[in-house]
Amino acid sequence: MSTPGAPYIEVRGLARHFDVSKPLLNRVIEGQPRLILKAVDGIDFAIRKGETLSLVGESGCGKSTVARLIVGLYKPTRGQILFEGTDMGSLATRAEERALRKRFQMIFQDPYASLNPRWRVADIVAEPIRAHRLSSDPTEIRRRVDELLRQVGLSPADGEKFPHEFSGGQRQRISIARALSSNPEFLVCDEPTSALDVSVQAQILNLMKDLQRELGLTYLFISHNLAVVFHISDRVGVMYLGRLVELADARALFENPQHPYTRMLLDAIPDLDMTGRARTPVAGEVPNPLDPPKGCAFNPRCPFANDRCRTERPELRPVANGGVAACHAVEEGRLAAAPRLAPA
Amino acid sequence: MLDSDVFHSFRRNPVVVVSAVVTAVFVLAALLAPWITPYHPYDLASLDLNDAFTPPAWTEDGSRRFLLGTDDQGRDVLSTIVFGARVSLLVGFCAVLFAMTVGITLGLVSGYVGGAVESVIMRVADVQLTFPGILIALLIDGLARTALPRDLHSEIALYVVIFAIGIANWPQFARTVRGSTLVEKSKEYVQAARVIGLHPGLIMLRHVLPNVMGPVLVIATLSLGFAILAEATLSFLGVGVPPTRPSLGTLIRVGNDFLFSGEWWMTIFPGAALIVLVLAVNLLGDWLRDALNPKLR
Amino acid sequence: MAEAPILEVKNLRVEFPTRRGTLVAVDDISFSIAPGEVLGVVGESGAGKSMTGAAVIGLIEPPGRIAGGSISLAGRRIDDLPYEEMRKVRGREIGAIFQDPLTSLNPLYTIGRQITETILTHLPVSPAEAQQRAIGLLREVGIPAAEKRIDHYPHQFSGGMRQRVVIALALAANPKLIIADEPTTALDVSIQAQIIALIKKLCCEHGAAVMLVTHDMGVIAETADRVAVMYAGRIAEIGPVRDVIKAARHPYTDGLMASIPKVGRTDARLAQIDGAMPRLNAIPRGCAFNPRCTKAFDRCRAERPEPMRVGNSDVACWLYDAGQGGTR
Repeated sequence: MSTPGAPYIEVRGLARHFDVSKPLLNRVIEGQPRLILKAVDGIDFAIRKGETLSLVGESGCGKSTVARLIVGLYKPTRGQILFEGTDMGSLATRAEERALRKRFQMIFQDPYASLNPRWRVADIVAEPIRAHRLSSDPTEIRRRVDELLRQVGLSPADGEKFPHEFSGGQRQRISIARALSSNPEFLVCDEPTSALDVSVQAQILNLMKDLQRELGLTYLFISHNLAVVFHISDRVGVMYLGRLVELADARALFENPQHPYTRMLLDAIPDLDMTGRARTPVAGEVPNPLDPPKGCAFNPRCPFANDRCRTERPELRPVANGGVAACHAVEEGRLAAAPRLAPA
Repeated sequence: MLDSDVFHSFRRNPVVVVSAVVTAVFVLAALLAPWITPYHPYDLASLDLNDAFTPPAWTEDGSRRFLLGTDDQGRDVLSTIVFGARVSLLVGFCAVLFAMTVGITLGLVSGYVGGAVESVIMRVADVQLTFPGILIALLIDGLARTALPRDLHSEIALYVVIFAIGIANWPQFARTVRGSTLVEKSKEYVQAARVIGLHPGLIMLRHVLPNVMGPVLVIATLSLGFAILAEATLSFLGVGVPPTRPSLGTLIRVGNDFLFSGEWWMTIFPGAALIVLVLAVNLLGDWLRDALNPKLR
Repeated sequence: MAEAPILEVKNLRVEFPTRRGTLVAVDDISFSIAPGEVLGVVGESGAGKSMTGAAVIGLIEPPGRIAGGSISLAGRRIDDLPYEEMRKVRGREIGAIFQDPLTSLNPLYTIGRQITETILTHLPVSPAEAQQRAIGLLREVGIPAAEKRIDHYPHQFSGGMRQRVVIALALAANPKLIIADEPTTALDVSIQAQIIALIKKLCCEHGAAVMLVTHDMGVIAETADRVAVMYAGRIAEIGPVRDVIKAARHPYTDGLMASIPKVGRTDARLAQIDGAMPRLNAIPRGCAFNPRCTKAFDRCRAERPEPMRVGNSDVACWLYDAGQGGTR
């Protein structure tokens, strides 16, 4: 099996492009070229067993696409996903793939859309058990479903109900119970709390942390909320327009962010402690992903951009906070260190 | 399916209640025809040519034995209408069921699988939709007539009509189901099923299908009206069901020959029955469409 | 605070008759907003915060209705105005900013036409003046090259720019009051900060009162002067934003603040309020929060608390009733 310390999941040069052109006929008539959206454009990272890696970024940065690539909802355009050293793309048979997929599960963002409205909760939770033929004995399945419902803070009696009888937070618990029912080791969580109220978000985040400790789960956590990411993550990757711009241990990243985009994101976090810290709202918006800027994609919004940034795309390089960042200015030492939010 | 909101909107709407009752009466009468009609119109032994051309009971020459009068063979018009409705409804239901099966299957597959499969299925549907449904039905009926031996044809004529009307109707179902499938497919519960590793066929059957049935039900009801009318048209044109098992359309055609010689009841009553039936079914379909459409609620 | 309030809401009650009984979405709430003041109305989904905004602007979807209380704008009652009258008040005296900038703008008209139309409807100016004013407004909300952009259609703007246009539209007739319902929720974090700063600056300059409805405490902390925390259709606590956020009095506010993850705070677990907000058809007797409250006692289960003065805030909690030996 895996060698100790070796990455549990490794992503190498992963890319996914979408063809968003109009139909052929329209293109010919209107004389337009093909439009390719590079949702994920070559990213590398690794996740260690038992840790939580978060990907954070604004809408359209490709973080959700990465999540869907890893669980196999999309096929990569380029690159590899290695699970304990096995290339997911190299699996020859459906059976082999299923055996691996069983160990992955996913939790979705919208608790109102992620449960089939016409199914009873017990059937929803039992679906992975039945699909992977982990058991065919109805009483045994029922016992497992009851146990799962209890584990996520619901009661076994809830199994008889339909999803619409539950609040958003309870539905997300059902989603988690379903994800856990095939005894997975690895959960991909795509904005699991973004649709929830804050007090419910706290319940779900606590539950996820408890489950991780009890079951030794590994999480890939996708979010746009930096405070949530800080709370749940061991390591954090920041994405911008389909690329990773910075990846570091959570504390290091928040205390000593390197990439100007990371700094900008941290600066935009509302100040709940009311310290009166002056904020400089950064100008500009994310450019059209169909036509990303040349060089570093962040250069039009970056106060430190120079000619090199406008022509040459930066690669990820080791930086002062112990992580990696893709920025010419950081590499050349043009950026002053910016001591940051997280107090020691 | 029938959650309480739908039921509530049903009870609040008198027109719909009446339509439902009328439809139910027709269906029940058709089912129980042999037991509830005063005469068995196609039992040759009970026919008496002396009763032919009796006008309705309330007219001067009417007889109390025949409420709506009799036809040229001395058959009770009321009984022929009930038996005719039986054939009309049978053809209507079977044709819709057939169109539904074909349409749902093709719609699900094209919506879920996408790509070339979708293009082919949907282009065929588009092309077919450019022809009037009745024309397609006529074409198929004509083909069957030329291709099949005469005696065999009259035996299976009923099935040919069902097939013809059903085929004329499937694109509607396919297009609706494809649209709903595209919506459902993008929802996270379908993605969750894919992550679990369920076979696409199972996902379509267990997850997508139950959630696209609402609009299908509406179209099915509206199509029932169309199918009954289409059958009546075909039969009126003389290419539909065999005269040995006359439908409402056949009755109208036969009665039509006597309309100007004064025996109006032979065509007017079957015609009125057809109108009432189709109207009731269509009103029911319209209401169902509004009731199941959350935007209008 | 000596100034007469622009908006005064007294004992407002909004009901939704249903087949299964009447639901009370907003239950006896009172608050006021002074000129130039930003009042944040915060709460979780179903707390009644958006319904309160809709009531003020006269846009409650039937069969919902205002069943009691009064709403006064600059001393004039507006909750009982006929539809046509209210339509004039909207836009002229109350501007609105909604969550989704795309649906607040008509996709078929240029933004210039939409803004000038609003100006011409409500202000006695010539079309040329209206055009000038529209350009001025667009410039004010930070749209670059405003005189060119005025002829563009909504889809030609990005999400953040569109929300700026909506803000310009809300300000078009120089209203006394602006209702902003989740104005930043649909936007990215970096854009959120820009929009918050803009709303704050403009309202200050125009002297308009703002009612900012949101679920996001961060937005409140950045923007509001005072904040009303709603729970199950009632106001749990209302007071200066610093007091409410840094030293919450009501156990619900306290729990809510503690449950928000913060950068730099490394506790393994977040404080959580167990349970969920009651549904409108099952609001408990007494204080609506009592089943989830760790400090609840008998009186909380029997008697509904009225707002009580605690420091600079009004708190609806029996803990602060003098008779109970609270921290008065």
